Amino acid sequence: MAGAVDTSKGLPSHPERATLEGKNKFLGFWFFLGGETILFATFFGTFLGLRGGTADGPTSADLVALDLVFIMTMLLLTSSLTSVLAMFAMKKNNFKAMMIWMWITVVLGLAFLGFEIYEFHHYVTDYEFGFSTSAFASAFYSLVGLHGAHVAFGLSWIIVLLIRYRKSGITLTNAPKFYVAGLYWHFIDVVWVFIFTVVYLMGVGG
Amino acid sequence: MATQKQEKSVIWDWLTTVDHKKIAIMYLIAGTLFFVKAGVMALFMRIQLMYPEMNFLSGQTFNEFITMHGTIMLFLAATPLLFAFMNYVIPLQIGARDVAFPFVNALGFWIFFSGGLLLSLSWFFGGGPDAGWTAYVPLSSRDYGGLGLDFYVLGLQVSGIGTLISAINFLVTIVNMRAPGMTMMRLPLFVWTSFISSTLILFAFTPLAAGLALLMLDRLFEAQYFIPSMGGNVVLWQHIFWIFGHPEVYILVLPAFGIISEVIPAFSRKRLFGYTAMVFATMIIAFLGFMVWAHHMFTVGMGPVANSIFAVATMTIAVPTGIKIFNWLFTMWGGKITFNTAMLFASSFVPTFVLGGVTGVMLAMAPVDYLYHDTYFVVAHFHYIIVGGIVLSLFAGLFYWYPKMFGHMLNETLGKLFFWIFYIGFHLTFFVQHLLGLMGMPRRVYTYLGDQGLDAFNFISTIGTFFMSAGVILLVINVIYSAYKGERVTVADPWDARTLEWATPTPVPEYNFAQTPQVRSLDPLFYEKIHGDGTMKPAEPVTDIHMPNGSILPLIMSIGLFFAGFGLIMLNMDNPLINPWIVAIGGLVITFGSMFVRSVKEDHGYHIPAEQVKADLAELKKGGN
Amino acid sequence: MKLWKTASRFLPLSFLTLLLTGCLGEENLTALDPKGPQSQWIYDNMILSIIVMALVSIVVFAIFFIILAKYRRKPGDDEIPKQVHGNTALEITWTVIPIILLIILAVPTITGTFMFADKEPDPEVGEDTVYIKVTGHQFWWQFDYEEEGFTAGQEVYIPVGEKVIFELHAQDVIHSFWVPALGGKLDTVPGITNHMWLEADEPGVYKGKCAELCGPAHALMDFKLIALEREEYDAWVEGMTAEVEEPTETLANQGRAVFEENSCIGCHAVGGAGTAAGPTFTNFGEREVIAGYLENTDENLEAWIRDPESLKQGNEMPAFPDMSDEDMEALIAYLRSLNVKE
Repeated sequence: MAGAVDTSKGLPSHPERATLEGKNKFLGFWFFLGGETILFATFFGTFLGLRGGTADGPTSADLVALDLVFIMTMLLLTSSLTSVLAMFAMKKNNFKAMMIWMWITVVLGLAFLGFEIYEFHHYVTDYEFGFSTSAFASAFYSLVGLHGAHVAFGLSWIIVLLIRYRKSGITLTNAPKFYVAGLYWHFIDVVWVFIFTVVYLMGVGG
Repeated sequence: MATQKQEKSVIWDWLTTVDHKKIAIMYLIAGTLFFVKAGVMALFMRIQLMYPEMNFLSGQTFNEFITMHGTIMLFLAATPLLFAFMNYVIPLQIGARDVAFPFVNALGFWIFFSGGLLLSLSWFFGGGPDAGWTAYVPLSSRDYGGLGLDFYVLGLQVSGIGTLISAINFLVTIVNMRAPGMTMMRLPLFVWTSFISSTLILFAFTPLAAGLALLMLDRLFEAQYFIPSMGGNVVLWQHIFWIFGHPEVYILVLPAFGIISEVIPAFSRKRLFGYTAMVFATMIIAFLGFMVWAHHMFTVGMGPVANSIFAVATMTIAVPTGIKIFNWLFTMWGGKITFNTAMLFASSFVPTFVLGGVTGVMLAMAPVDYLYHDTYFVVAHFHYIIVGGIVLSLFAGLFYWYPKMFGHMLNETLGKLFFWIFYIGFHLTFFVQHLLGLMGMPRRVYTYLGDQGLDAFNFISTIGTFFMSAGVILLVINVIYSAYKGERVTVADPWDARTLEWATPTPVPEYNFAQTPQVRSLDPLFYEKIHGDGTMKPAEPVTDIHMPNGSILPLIMSIGLFFAGFGLIMLNMDNPLINPWIVAIGGLVITFGSMFVRSVKEDHGYHIPAEQVKADLAELKKGGN
Repeated sequence: MKLWKTASRFLPLSFLTLLLTGCLGEENLTALDPKGPQSQWIYDNMILSIIVMALVSIVVFAIFFIILAKYRRKPGDDEIPKQVHGNTALEITWTVIPIILLIILAVPTITGTFMFADKEPDPEVGEDTVYIKVTGHQFWWQFDYEEEGFTAGQEVYIPVGEKVIFELHAQDVIHSFWVPALGGKLDTVPGITNHMWLEADEPGVYKGKCAELCGPAHALMDFKLIALEREEYDAWVEGMTAEVEEPTETLANQGRAVFEENSCIGCHAVGGAGTAAGPTFTNFGEREVIAGYLENTDENLEAWIRDPESLKQGNEMPAFPDMSDEDMEALIAYLRSLNVKE
């Protein structure tokens, strides 16, 4: 059943879904993202439920500085765009362009992560807003931190792929891997949009 | 049979296998061991409750037993036992050579198993978790719960990951791996219910993972989600738990419905009545299953509006369930029924499950539930669902698929005796518990006073447990006896059944189907018996068969997760021998390192040459199979 | 629900009701012998649901037994039965009939839910409606009569024939407040205030229980609800609020010293004095039981004081294993002297 794809005339137009393995990976990953969505939904629900539970600690209106968060959002949105460009390059079988766009994605992601670490550090040192300060604080750090952990995991995943396949060109084996990693990156980005809205914008608005 | 792997030792073969059939048998064995363990706990608890004010178990030990009994039975017994059948049967029923991700399948098993071991380890570190399987905060929080709760949180977290990835695997398998002609509306009902149940796992185990993570952060890192004085909310945990917990019931009972929907048609010699209605009823049950979680919380004080909405939503589940009941009845109606052990279990499931269902509707009436809630009435209700529904169908499935899995029959005489003893014991145990609840006996009590009129029914209930235990012992005897003396099965289709798994030879070759079959109808094998020559038409010529390589990595990865979990638990120990972080991070390094190895080292599997397959086929013909 | 009440009079004819009303369980505990309007309503609607559900079950069982009798495969019979795909008319039938049955049950469900959630004062009693603040502790119950200004432990007194409103709190973990013979249960949840009401039709001592797992001694976290006629109740309230008199006996007076020297009073308040970290002792001499479940005898009391852990695992009470026999005797005499009812 497998390996029956004729590659003598170059790669098919959708190299990531050309083999049964690729198709399985693709579908399995969508299911996985479905589960991840619910995971985040639960953390969002927890955050919304405990948003008011500040117990004399800082409230979100005290904390949030939108300019920083705006820069972070832009970084992550741009990285999503560059990963799309990488996938376009993959479909055109332009390996070099794909690698370059992917590396740019990684750099943007690292910058985002750096800002997030700075943000947390800022809250802890300047506002005495630690993980155990209040139920709101715990919920805030676990939701945003879970997202941060996803960013970190996504980055290491993409970096491993980039190093492992630095010279291999696009093949039917690695195309699904890159594609799936790109999908994961978009997912992280979408989750951030919700965090931006629910945690930061709604936090400022009261 | 292709046996080119014989040079490797048997143990290594099982530790590294990615064959869905072997993984199924490992699930079966692991599930059985946990089932026996939790069953013995139940027996001890019933002995404690046999007479008023007994001192057989202390209150603390009893609470550890109720917690572990419930947790093990649901997560580590019922789930793996159903997964055993799902693993074995789904690929065969859809005409596939394996699941979509054989590696992930093995990984799922080993992670589940190491999580189960982690949970069980609590007995050696000061006692099991003691806050009930629902682990309500604050009783389970850092201020009130002991080390056992850390084992609960991390053991379930680890085993939940295994369950989750196995579910994704089933989903992809059913969508992508079906043989030609096996359309979605020709899928056997067991495959359908497994599919929907896997969807539920995907959407229900993730909230559980989130909830367990919150509880872990509470217990190990001083998070404040559940501490009212710090702005936390204790009811939040109940919502998260039951958003998982209610669908969990359907996760278990839907595949059980599936087994019943296979066994009843096979032994009634009739196709399933109302197949389409059955499929859609399953979907509706699953959908509604997510809308009703708060009916477990009627007495927590959610207010009359929420209580009314969830009460009415809960009642509606009775409609699709009723549809299923009548469809099973009318499958048997007009059939030619053979009452062997499998069919005894499957047919008795129908009225038994109705008894559990009607008490379910009674419980849905919120204001009346203020009486039933947290009493023995509830205990009776959910045991009618779980034992009367899930366990009866597991036994039906066991007797039905046993010859395919192990190449011999289970003894029928012992089987029927087992059925009667178990079935009578079951009703004896649980029917009177309805009345105990109404008479004022709360659940989860380790004892009761003698002057409360509860003595007689508690005694009867305990006697019933002895019957059930005797039944299970008979089953064990049957398994051992049949292994030596049981009727050998060499034919493909010992039951004269209807679905594709019975088109494979017994024992099933590791590639399942020499040629992928062409499916022409629902109940494809039965269709060929009527309209063809009784064998499946191949959809492809005999070619080289691609097979995945075995791998030890799943085992190593799950060992890593085991230590990651154990390291985190050590954070709460009084004097851990080594720094907990070394253990925890070491475990994660092992897991992610193996993941890295797997990802970097491409493994394309191997091919069984066409000649080998042809030789196997020829040998089968000679054997008259 | 008037109609239903009339109909229920005929029910004792049915086997099921015979079974259920056959005095199952202990009076003043079992919910099958309701002693108040709320438990009566619950009971009636339970019977209603049992009847509806019995109808369904009887149909299923009848079909099932016909199948058992009629459709067995005879040995050697290889004929293949007719393969039926389904039957739309039948399937509509068993969809519509359950929906109708469920609507029958849904109506009282909704009305009952709102009825029980009502926390308005009893219209017939008006301003005199009794409000009691209930606090669940591991493993005992505290009852604050805030308006009247006193606290009772383990035994809660209410006037008969009046709707009494309970405000539920929890000190440590979740408990559940339940008097089966009088009504439904409601959880006491830390950080949350719940309300419920109960009414007793006749005077009596009703058994109450904790219905939510709360630790090792959850099973022993019983309490008593004592319903008195209004005059008697008022007298009791007066007794509880009156100044605590010095014990008249010397032995009891000696016991009071023991009580204070051993810091018992640090947890067990008597009258206004002391804190309520443990059950209040103002009317201890009249307690039906001690520790929630032991008969109130001198032997039990002594055993409890010497080693509470062995009698109620996980409770907070410190042990006094080395108390001298004289002190013990005096202490018990003092505790016995704590009465408010004369």
